[in-house]
Amino acid sequence: MKRALFIALLILAQPLPADSNLPPAYWANRQLPDPRQEASARALMEELRCLVCQGQSIADSDAELAGDMRDLVRRRIAAGERPSAIRAWLIQRYGTWVSYKPTAEAAAWPLWLAPLALILVGIWMIRSRIKLKAPR
Amino acid sequence: MSRGLRLIPIILLISVVVGFAWRIVRPPDPAVPSQLISRPLPQFALPAALPAKPGLKSADLATGEPRLLNVFASWCVPCADEAEVLGELRQRGVKIDAIAIRDTPMAISAFLARHGDPYDRIGADARSSVQISLGSSGVPETFVIDGRGVMRHQYLGPLTQANIPGVLQQLDEAR
Repeated sequence: MKRALFIALLILAQPLPADSNLPPAYWANRQLPDPRQEASARALMEELRCLVCQGQSIADSDAELAGDMRDLVRRRIAAGERPSAIRAWLIQRYGTWVSYKPTAEAAAWPLWLAPLALILVGIWMIRSRIKLKAPR
Repeated sequence: MSRGLRLIPIILLISVVVGFAWRIVRPPDPAVPSQLISRPLPQFALPAALPAKPGLKSADLATGEPRLLNVFASWCVPCADEAEVLGELRQRGVKIDAIAIRDTPMAISAFLARHGDPYDRIGADARSSVQISLGSSGVPETFVIDGRGVMRHQYLGPLTQANIPGVLQQLDEAR
């Protein structure tokens, strides 16, 4: 009986909320009235990385900090700031880590060179096949 | 195809498996440190989080003596853990200001009544906007600020007893 009660209580138990005491920021889940501004805010939010749910963009994440970052992006876009300036402002704070858009820094060179290398390998493979067939 | 070429896929496979195994054994550090370290704090001015205590603006953190800036929230469980350590630092004469993230006056005063209040000033950051401008990525975080308002060090996550000597030394060096 005690055990059944314990299990019943376990089932009823609620997780301790780790959410804050305030509702989401005004522009966190609300579109800007100007569709062009909203589209450019949206495009930027999809390329910014959530600091909490790392691996998600702030457009996808349900974390509260991501909501506050969406609010920040929409406010600045609505104030006329360019998306590239907002991205640069965030990179200044969190490093290139925060942006999904690859940069030209040395660490990203393999990323840019890999497609070229793969194309060269492909050409070489095709050439060697053609050469094999040639004698027939 | 020559023998050497045939080995290429196997070598590739092995290196991929080794790469995965290495990252499982040694996972990357998920902490995102602020890039503003050893640079002046950005300008900000936050309203008071409690009626009885002043709010916080960036000029308050450049008063000629080093201070700690604690980013906390009453809804943050590790912050409650850290409160004891901040209280001890306060007892040793360390000046501590705070930014309360997404919080209400009632919840903050209940939190401080329960865990102690080491703060001189508390600014209310309802939309985390100042937190983002500092390059802080969560709660709790603690910054060592020197007398000129330059961010010297950042602690991501709760301070522990073991951090106390280091924090005191960094404050001393920031003088």
